Amino acid sequence: MNIQVIHVIYMASAACFILALKWLSAVPTAKRGVITGIVGMLLAVGGTLLNPELLHRGITSYQWILVAIVVGSAIGIPMALMPMTAVPQRTALSHAFGALAAALVGTAEYYLDNGSALTAGNLTHFKMTALGLEVLLGFLTFTASLMAFGKLQEILPTRPITYRGQNFVNLSLLAAAVIITGVLIVDPTKTQLFPILMVLALVFGVSFIIPIGGADMPTVISLLNSYAGLSAAAMGFVLNNKLLIIAGALDGSSGFILSIIMCKAMNRSFANVLFGAFGQVQVSAAAQEQKTARSATPEDAAALLEVANSVMIVPGYGMAVAQAQHAVHDLFDALTKKGVNVKFAIHPVAGRMPGHMNVLLAEANIPYDKLLEMDDANSELPQTDVALVIGANDVTNPAARTNKSSPIYGMPILDVDKARTVMVIKRSLNPGFAGIDNELYYLDKTLMLFGDAKAFTTQLVKQLNESGNGH
Amino acid sequence: MDSDLLLSHFYVFLLATFLGLEVIRRVSPLLHTPLMSLTNAISAITVVGSIVIAGEQKTTLSTVLGTVAVTASMINIVGGYMITYRMLSMFKKREPKQS
Repeated sequence: MNIQVIHVIYMASAACFILALKWLSAVPTAKRGVITGIVGMLLAVGGTLLNPELLHRGITSYQWILVAIVVGSAIGIPMALMPMTAVPQRTALSHAFGALAAALVGTAEYYLDNGSALTAGNLTHFKMTALGLEVLLGFLTFTASLMAFGKLQEILPTRPITYRGQNFVNLSLLAAAVIITGVLIVDPTKTQLFPILMVLALVFGVSFIIPIGGADMPTVISLLNSYAGLSAAAMGFVLNNKLLIIAGALDGSSGFILSIIMCKAMNRSFANVLFGAFGQVQVSAAAQEQKTARSATPEDAAALLEVANSVMIVPGYGMAVAQAQHAVHDLFDALTKKGVNVKFAIHPVAGRMPGHMNVLLAEANIPYDKLLEMDDANSELPQTDVALVIGANDVTNPAARTNKSSPIYGMPILDVDKARTVMVIKRSLNPGFAGIDNELYYLDKTLMLFGDAKAFTTQLVKQLNESGNGH
Repeated sequence: MDSDLLLSHFYVFLLATFLGLEVIRRVSPLLHTPLMSLTNAISAITVVGSIVIAGEQKTTLSTVLGTVAVTASMINIVGGYMITYRMLSMFKKREPKQS
């Protein structure tokens, strides 16, 4: 096929990807966005299979490509059918696959251009720069994403693991990898250095996630998303393919924006997330005098909810862990039937990845126009009768507004303490992820509902349904 | 590689990054999870490079690496688009029985 035709196909593909992201910005057009994305990908794959000469090469055999396409699709389908509660770890795993693909192509390219005396010198300094970035980002994102997957799946401990001199070790590893990349750029024929670069990148990926705790996962997953995209863009520079550059850059900027949003929602800097090991020992906090919290039974709580005009439910990671989203939907139904106005307040970093709570609640059939962003929720909370916190902790801690010595001071929070009554479903008074005591629990207007999020919510629903249907 | 080509690659990268920042800034926080799984599927564009490496069969090493790379990219393409569509199917407006 004519090379111009292939260029047109690739351009159409790039346009599809841009439109796909544009249409994803709002729910009514989002599905159209996905379909457009699929069309873009079909164009890209079809164009490549039809004319590999665009890359100045020739495809000599399709057999392995077909095998890989079949195997990849066979693994991809079950990965698409995972439950919504597993979406964060699934996403981490797919970042690992994406980064692996880029890293392996980079490695293959390097050895193809440097494998024999005949081809040595094929690598220009520039191509080696792009290749070095592709391999470095690819391999480090690969192991970092696997580590993130391990932590999210709770195969690995979710608390940050720290040791003395950790930041020094991490930065040295990264610096060594960057220096080796630099040496390879100056002299791409130093093939003995290439495996060292691979190993350093792989090890750095592991060591860089070790000190990061579960609550920081939304930022880290976004950052890894960005890296995976940038390594794809670097591949585009290596292979002289603008479609790869465009798609990679779109992914890179998307991950970058999301990580900035996540950092802002925690009032922390990138550096602090990456090197701060948030959530480690916070025992120092001023001598804790014995404070008392009021607790209530499901009967009391249901009675209060029933007479409320408005209820704001604040879900957090605990709701996901307890798989309570369907029980929460039943509660939503029961209260709505009684004429109570129920809404949900979603903090940007609630859960383990951006938008985690929205997807879970949508899965449980809660209409999305009931899901409020933080600012809208905060303007409604002072007029709300009951704020019901299910599995969220630090994002509701008033210390973020008032206590300058608190580690979360300055973090934007949901002002649940401004509602007339606060109810918190929680297993115990243990501090949350960040290890910070939550003074919300000791307010006069707060009722602690001790128990498992799912079990307690189910009991609330039962009480509400038994008390007659809204006369 | 001649420097004109290199420069035009940089222009494309620069423009695509800014376009991406503008388009994605507008995505509602409601859809941040589907956004991430969609961009993940799109970044599986690495399949283009992987296919070439796997198909040209120059050395055993490159064929093996390329084949693994095509497999990894296909997992993300099939898995990524499917789960994004599945997620979006769950987002529904309020049921008509609103009181």
